[in-house]
Amino acid sequence: MINEEDEPAVMRWWSILSLTLVVGFVVRLVTVWMFTGHPPVTAKGLRNQRPLKTLIVLGSGGHTAEILHIVEKMNFKNYSPRCYIAAVTDNHSLAKAKRLEEEKAGDDSKQCRYYRIYRSREVGQSYITSIGTTLFAMVHAFYLAFSIQPDLIICNGPGTCLPVCIAGLVLKVLGVRWVVMVYVESIARVRKLSLTGLLFYKLHLMDQFYVQWPKLQQNFPRAQYVGRLM
Amino acid sequence: MKTKGMVFVTVGSTLFDALVEAVCQPECLATLRKLGYTSLMIQLGKGNFIPGKSVGEAENIDIEYFTYKPNVAEYINSAALVISHAGSGSVFETLRAQRPLVVVVNTLLMDNHQSELADELAERKFLYTASPETLVDTLRTMRLDTLVPYQSTEPSALAGTLDQFLGFSPA
Repeated sequence: MINEEDEPAVMRWWSILSLTLVVGFVVRLVTVWMFTGHPPVTAKGLRNQRPLKTLIVLGSGGHTAEILHIVEKMNFKNYSPRCYIAAVTDNHSLAKAKRLEEEKAGDDSKQCRYYRIYRSREVGQSYITSIGTTLFAMVHAFYLAFSIQPDLIICNGPGTCLPVCIAGLVLKVLGVRWVVMVYVESIARVRKLSLTGLLFYKLHLMDQFYVQWPKLQQNFPRAQYVGRLM
Repeated sequence: MKTKGMVFVTVGSTLFDALVEAVCQPECLATLRKLGYTSLMIQLGKGNFIPGKSVGEAENIDIEYFTYKPNVAEYINSAALVISHAGSGSVFETLRAQRPLVVVVNTLLMDNHQSELADELAERKFLYTASPETLVDTLRTMRLDTLVPYQSTEPSALAGTLDQFLGFSPA
């Protein structure tokens, strides 16, 4: 026998629970957005003592060349261990990263990890099949981001880094880890951002957004001009 | 006549036959020869146009070519002049090697952010720009000695900014 008041009560609890979850998620999302772009404050105070686990997304070709050029100048004592991600179809980037690591870090380079990631869309792929591959790429990106749990993601496009950065945002929102996200727009972009860059900029997704031309900085004032890096 | 040596022509890994065709026209070869260049090395990329040997012989200029090599540093370093497509990889590799550079913009490409880059760099006198149609004119009128040596900002500027943001003390 069913008590007439039971069912509505259960329903009420369910709706309160799900409403709380939704509100909680939205509040958390807004909080993350508010803190994005602010320096991460460590428990010990402002000075960061701990090296950061750094995830570097290699975008292939010229993108890889640009970002490795930056990595070369980073103080590895602060950014360690380093993980590199490249597209499955990209045959050169990880080898280039490995070479740089061996030259610069020597024995320390053994701590580095190298991953391959499925791309959401290959050049020339049809839009219908790309829905499936995008979903697959997202799942793969989440798997990698959750297993690596980086403190810092550095990327410079193109689309390969998009699922990785979305996964990074989710890590932040769920409170798993505060992932500082850094985007460097390619030197090839003088006045307009690339599609990936524009998306990150508009969504306020990045903690640091660097551009290499003064005109681009004028058009997108929240970006920081860091000079020509190539 | 003073000889200056080799001209390296590259379309990177792209398809840009118009550039190779423009360079291999008798008028262009004659202009290059007049400027003192003695040979051409061409990276054809995905192009279908193969330059004929006889064109070069007629203008007394050696023409050699290959389809693609991942590392063209040796060609760039030994070139007296580089004629390149507007891809940022080839452009900055040449500029960093401090070689005189003429960038030929592919006018057939839609949404051409590459030409923005070439124009910006030309405005700063790091290189000359041309289209396949204006290449000969550009070669005739360019003054390579007025080009400014390319200098990048050290990437350590970015590394410093990032260190500061993350609260690391400066190295």
